[in-house]
Amino acid sequence: MAFARSIHHLHPLPPVSNTRGLKPSPLFLGSIRPDSHTHTITRSSVSVSSSAQRRSAVAANVSDVKTKPAANLLVTKEEGLEVYEDLILGRVFEDMCAQMYYRGKMFGFVHLYNGQEAVSSGFIKLLKQGDSVVSTYRDHVHALSKGVPARAVMSELFGKTTGCCRGQGGSMHMFSAEHNVLGGFAFIGEGIPVATGAAFTSKYKREVLKEDCDDVTLAFFGDGTANNGQFFECLNMAALWKLPIIFVVENNLWAIGMSHLRATSDPEIWKKGPAFGMPGVHVDGMDVLKVREVAKEAIGRARRGEGPTLVECETYRFRGHSLADPDELRDPDEKARYAARDPITQFKKYLIENKLASEAELKAIEKKIDEVVEDAVEFADESPAPSRSQLLENVFADPRGFGIGPDGRYRCEDPKFTEGTAQV
Amino acid sequence: MFGIVRQNVGGARGLSSQGLNSMVRLRPIASVIRNYSSATKEMTVRDALNSALDEEMAADPNVYVMGEEVGEYQGAYKITKGLLDKYGPERVVDTPITEAGFAGIGVGSAYHGLRPVIEFMTFNFSMQAIDHVINSAAKSNYMSAGQINVPIVFRGPNGPAAGVGAQHSQCYGAWYGSVPGLKVLVPYSSEDARGLLKAAIRDPDPVVFLENELLYGESFPVSAEALDSSFCLPIGKAKIEREGKDITITAFSKMVGYALKAAEILEKDGINAEVINLRSIRPLDRATINASVRKTNRLVTVEEGFPQHGIGAEICASVVEDSFGYLDAPVERVAGADVPTPYAANLERMAFPQIEDIVRAAKRVCYRSVPLAATA
Repeated sequence: MAFARSIHHLHPLPPVSNTRGLKPSPLFLGSIRPDSHTHTITRSSVSVSSSAQRRSAVAANVSDVKTKPAANLLVTKEEGLEVYEDLILGRVFEDMCAQMYYRGKMFGFVHLYNGQEAVSSGFIKLLKQGDSVVSTYRDHVHALSKGVPARAVMSELFGKTTGCCRGQGGSMHMFSAEHNVLGGFAFIGEGIPVATGAAFTSKYKREVLKEDCDDVTLAFFGDGTANNGQFFECLNMAALWKLPIIFVVENNLWAIGMSHLRATSDPEIWKKGPAFGMPGVHVDGMDVLKVREVAKEAIGRARRGEGPTLVECETYRFRGHSLADPDELRDPDEKARYAARDPITQFKKYLIENKLASEAELKAIEKKIDEVVEDAVEFADESPAPSRSQLLENVFADPRGFGIGPDGRYRCEDPKFTEGTAQV
Repeated sequence: MFGIVRQNVGGARGLSSQGLNSMVRLRPIASVIRNYSSATKEMTVRDALNSALDEEMAADPNVYVMGEEVGEYQGAYKITKGLLDKYGPERVVDTPITEAGFAGIGVGSAYHGLRPVIEFMTFNFSMQAIDHVINSAAKSNYMSAGQINVPIVFRGPNGPAAGVGAQHSQCYGAWYGSVPGLKVLVPYSSEDARGLLKAAIRDPDPVVFLENELLYGESFPVSAEALDSSFCLPIGKAKIEREGKDITITAFSKMVGYALKAAEILEKDGINAEVINLRSIRPLDRATINASVRKTNRLVTVEEGFPQHGIGAEICASVVEDSFGYLDAPVERVAGADVPTPYAANLERMAFPQIEDIVRAAKRVCYRSVPLAATA
């Protein structure tokens, strides 16, 4: 660690090329280019162990993006307000979770998303209902961004029967068939093949079932997962079969207490994309507009059938790994630096400076969200706990074991069975 | 035509009615003919599985096969022979060597309504993907409270073959059989293979389908009902392959054949054995097993897997819980030896149950002269 400290004072690298006035190059936004800044990082002999050497380590202000008049802004007013509302919802909801946890209403493992909201809002707000999102245990905000009602998520966290999974999943297992949130997985890396499978389904529907399907899938996971075997297996297969998936790495530098730089031979995760034949992009994950621009391109690629993309979002979690994590290993200076780049503050500033919204409108949104979250808590509080009979329900979709139908007879005896119209 | 081969209906409905309803019970044709030469069509297990896959893929475009060597190589054990030509590479998908990856891909696609049949070249390799079989397949319907079911089949050869060594010879029945949310099937004959695989593919839940490499080439007679494309066997029902009154022998997969041969030997010594082909490890057909034990009062369980925490242990516990008063002798478990599988042929022979072991165990259970110290 002493080594890392000594390079704190090195001149920080200039920010990675952002969306400012950039034409989409054939090599795709921000991906490898001969003159890219990557070379300066890796060739530097002290780079690898320094957290100060992150490519967008400078407090890159979103306002840098605004060099042109209003006509060239990255979002319209409606979009801006929608994104802002989503950012606030994510933050307020997670803060409420922390409160509820310490009051004993929530229990077990709870992993909060504070600080990373730009990634969720930046990506998920561009999706349609039919698109799928697969996440890890840090999934509350992904579910909220995708459209799962705050009430349903809060009830699920309280373990009540009105939760999105009727209290059976919990914090780490958010599923919603309606909103195509496919989990919520506790094992890191587990969601990546599942997401690849969901993308496989889109392609299968198009090619085999001849349906019109351009649904894409987003797989969210962290920097620790980028060292896991399943990740590489899926990068390979997704590129091989050109699946409509975007692998979104939320690189918050820490896997519980394991620094990304201590765990990874080459810490630049985006580079792993080209190694498997897909574009790899690095983006400032504290800036929702930058994320959104990259997301637009990646999602567009996937929808057009051009295959997967690996997007590394440099982001940070303001809280510990989970509510049980004392968070002692992280440097307070690092935390302060990232707190100064709070995505919500940045975006608020952007909206106001570009006259997309007034203070009053934003305050109104914040107030509305406060009410939504408080209502969610009240709803969850008042909801009943699952009944005892719920323990044995839903182990199987077909509990009596295929052979026997609800009328007590063997299903295969049903005359409609061969026509495929029998109730299975 | 509905080819459900119904057997032991009485036993399935409750212990009290077992043995009474001979009128209702339609004796399965296959087991009667089994011991006699006949003009009935014979089919290998391999062809049975292939035809089942073929028919299910033809009937439902959502069904697809994925695994290593399933396409151009025609299947590592030729189970998927001809399917690539018929259905194309989008439905018969050759994968890289990425069990965790493609098992997960199968699960993800099943979340969205496709019906994958994931082949593990052997179930030993499923250990690389067991996270997906259990955590994202078996548990998902429960965790999502019924929103997302997973109609996936994981199939492949299970258990020992011949001389393939310790890492290719393990039986996974007990491991998968202990997980709620999975259905675990273990076919023996061609009819079992066809009926159970079709049932598995049509089932809306994850099914682990444990085949046996040495059975692939074995021929069994198949009835006309079994050849029908709508033929399905119910999941969770065992089959009484041979009726008897002195002792019950439960077995699954290849051991059913051994148990039947052991029963013939025992017959000569005046012991009339009832052989139960489990067909399904999860759900386990406790009703049939207990009904049988209540009739015969003695039980020998046979399996190839490791003895501790094995299938026999579960069957023994079930019988002790439900039919303790009916037992005239302690339950005997015949299982594989408690060692990783050796390679040398003579050692391997000692590491797995042979027909003589079943015969000896049966005699012990009948208190007939053979001391416990007799080893395989």
